[in-house]
Amino acid sequence: MSDFILKVNGTDRHVSASPDESLLSVLRDRLDLTGTKYGCGEGQCAACTVLLDGKPVHSCLTPVSAAAKSSITTIEGLEKNGTLSPVQQAFVEEGAFQCGYCTSGMVLRATALLRETPHPTEDQIVTYMNGNICRCGVYPRIIAAVQRASQSPSKAGGQ
Amino acid sequence: MSALNPLPAELAQHTIDDKPYWFRLDRRDFLKLFGGGLLVCLTDLSALAQESGRTFGSHELPTDIAAWLAIASDSHVTVFTGKVEVGQNIRTSLAQQVAEELRVPFDSITMLMGDTDLVPWDAGTFGSRTTPTMGPQLRKMAAAARQLLIEMAAKRWNADPATLTADNAKVTDPHSGQSLTYGELTRGEKMMQTVSTEVPLTPASDWKIAGTAVPKVNGRDFVTGTHKYPSDVVRPGMMFGKVLRPQGFNATLVALDATKAEKIPGVTVVHDGEFIAVAAPDPPTAEHALSALHATWNVPPQPSNQGLFESFKQSSKTQHEDDSPEHSTGSVSQAMAAAAVKLQQQYTVQYIAHAPLEPRAAVAEWTNGKLTVWTGTQRPFGVRDELMAAFHLPPEQVRVIQPDMGSGYGGKHTGEAAIEAARLAKATGKPVKVVWTREEEFTWAYFRPAGLIEISSGTNRDGTLVAWEHHNYNSGPAAITTPYNVTHQLSQFHPADSPLRQGSYRALAATANNFARESHMDETAHAVGMDPLQFRMKNLTDPRLRAVLQAAADKFNWSQVKSTSRRGFGIACGTDKGGYVATCVEVEIVPPDNKVKIRRVVQAWESGAIVNPDGLHNQVSGAIIQGIGGALFEQIQFANGRILNPHFAQYRVPRFSDPPQIEIVLLDRKDLPSAGAGESGIIGLAPAVGNAVFAATGTRLRNMPLAPHGTSPAESASDTRPDPGIAHNSRAPG
Repeated sequence: MSDFILKVNGTDRHVSASPDESLLSVLRDRLDLTGTKYGCGEGQCAACTVLLDGKPVHSCLTPVSAAAKSSITTIEGLEKNGTLSPVQQAFVEEGAFQCGYCTSGMVLRATALLRETPHPTEDQIVTYMNGNICRCGVYPRIIAAVQRASQSPSKAGGQ
Repeated sequence: MSALNPLPAELAQHTIDDKPYWFRLDRRDFLKLFGGGLLVCLTDLSALAQESGRTFGSHELPTDIAAWLAIASDSHVTVFTGKVEVGQNIRTSLAQQVAEELRVPFDSITMLMGDTDLVPWDAGTFGSRTTPTMGPQLRKMAAAARQLLIEMAAKRWNADPATLTADNAKVTDPHSGQSLTYGELTRGEKMMQTVSTEVPLTPASDWKIAGTAVPKVNGRDFVTGTHKYPSDVVRPGMMFGKVLRPQGFNATLVALDATKAEKIPGVTVVHDGEFIAVAAPDPPTAEHALSALHATWNVPPQPSNQGLFESFKQSSKTQHEDDSPEHSTGSVSQAMAAAAVKLQQQYTVQYIAHAPLEPRAAVAEWTNGKLTVWTGTQRPFGVRDELMAAFHLPPEQVRVIQPDMGSGYGGKHTGEAAIEAARLAKATGKPVKVVWTREEEFTWAYFRPAGLIEISSGTNRDGTLVAWEHHNYNSGPAAITTPYNVTHQLSQFHPADSPLRQGSYRALAATANNFARESHMDETAHAVGMDPLQFRMKNLTDPRLRAVLQAAADKFNWSQVKSTSRRGFGIACGTDKGGYVATCVEVEIVPPDNKVKIRRVVQAWESGAIVNPDGLHNQVSGAIIQGIGGALFEQIQFANGRILNPHFAQYRVPRFSDPPQIEIVLLDRKDLPSAGAGESGIIGLAPAVGNAVFAATGTRLRNMPLAPHGTSPAESASDTRPDPGIAHNSRAPG
């Protein structure tokens, strides 16, 4: 076991874990940040997506030691003072979910996309999001939500 | 002549009593104790019994208002139901219906769902039964509660109840202008009134809250990550469990060396019969302990996909003499002999996986001999039964709580993870969480049944169907009877031996039976030289099915489209569980390997009065997109007791790049009762795609998935494709 200081959603969190323990496991089971989801553990579904310094990663394949120097954003860190981020708000307004289990990963990946490409085309959205599985098949509404968020005046999502 | 009632056989598919393996209690004892009884209870069910809202098998549904809803002194309403929310949006749609009948604001309602200690017994959330049965049940209770509240106010005011009105959670006397809130009337006390007589319900044409696009009630919790799924539940002192899976199905344990695992600090190893599992203070330690176990298994030789369909037919004859009742009218053989155009074809569907994004998960906790389990299941009371059987407990000693879960699609009727967590919690004396890995979910859950379907038809030169014979081997009886007018017809489901554990799936066998039927209808239309829509209409009088066909065709502009060798147009329709669907599809055949790309789908849907048009649209769209997987590429590959593709990298599911342009036409029949809409929207796509591919290429695809590697018969007949003799037949378009 090693001691790490993780910067999660702007707050320093002390955690003891093996260096090769997955960031997903640390977030969910040691820091009780259960908004990040396990879907496959193999980087195939992206339900576990979090942002490291703004870049989306599969937290299931990221050792905690590799995240220790980065600023980590999880789904719990997007809402600011009771206000949803534009991507979160757009997902609510489009009803872009059914069971909602993929939603955390979708929202975070979309947040990263809009930071890289503020006005993506539909093809760009599909290409960028294609690693994220929604088994309920809500893809068209998620695309609509990303488009809606891209037109939002205050696009800056979570940090 | 006999009437077909496929319901018992269909309901039996919802009970998956075939456990992968067990501890101590052997299978025979299990069935003797509970499993057999449960099966009988479901098999004996008549649909009417459940729909009456009074009984279900041996279970009496409570008749007092208090069992179904409570009004607090602040007028907040809590509704109790054993139905569960799995993404199909009933937490919202049921609350809308209660708000409507009770005359309260929508947001004053909390739905308490799937907690076996707090809600009336329920068979489970499957078979599209929530909307047609739980909806009316809760509406009836809410309407009765409203009447009771009016009577309570009348008593206080010494007024005539008939002169009082109820609205916005208040009873008002229009003459005096005085009013009392519902909370002031109940003072939070239970409403013990028994509701026995028929209660008049608000007609859909008068709905103000039901029938509208109310957003998902707790949608915000899903975009903020605050919603707690079963796998998110945490209990004080909780440990994490892992189960050692055998190296194949039907394996027997030869030897186990657990010494290394037992030496890891904090680890408990449980070895009980064939059940081997570990519990540890954190997941990495549990995984470490699991990998430190050394077990040797004896896995017997077992079948693979090769020869599967022939084996169904064989075993249905030798092992299953008691076929489900056939549906037959007239004399099929005579009519067939006299028909001008005869067709006989075989169709197949493969095993597919539900692959819910949240795998099976449970947290179990024992307190003073009482077991509480939080788990993801479509049947909380069914899982309670399984736990009672496994641990020899009476009902009051087992509580199952189902937090809204990460979907099911018919795949979570069973309580494996609940039993495993409970077994480990019993051994450790602490709460234990078990979350299955993706590979476990792909391997040790159960599958949508594979099936072989044989259809023979006879048609007159003028396009009148005169004879129809439909046999389904193994996959199931749902939607097996043709909705078309055929004087001489026979349809029969033949149970068979399944090499894999199989069970319920969204729409059950309606997908397979409708695929075969609607493909065959298309083949027949071409054989008699008629337009596929015209041919269907000629043989169809059901006005509801005709209406969706026409609506889809109009929106698609069916009469104007013309297929080319690279672009095909197909149509199909179907009905099951009170839902009516018609689907038009445009496919593109993409060179160089003739990949099938679905470009456009128009689907018309009708299921009576619409409760929530936004939720309904979401379900119909989701069914189409999930249907793309089963239609084009999803299939489980297996051999010798092992699943060969138990990962998303090997088992392809629909992704962002798969959905085409989708247009949905919802027909709102306010004059008809609302039916369930989560399932049957999936049954139109596959045949419409197959028919579109034929229209473009002249290649008839009769085996689902239709085109995992493109339309080339050589490619798609390889590896796990169906047996020789059931391969694709090619012919020029008629």
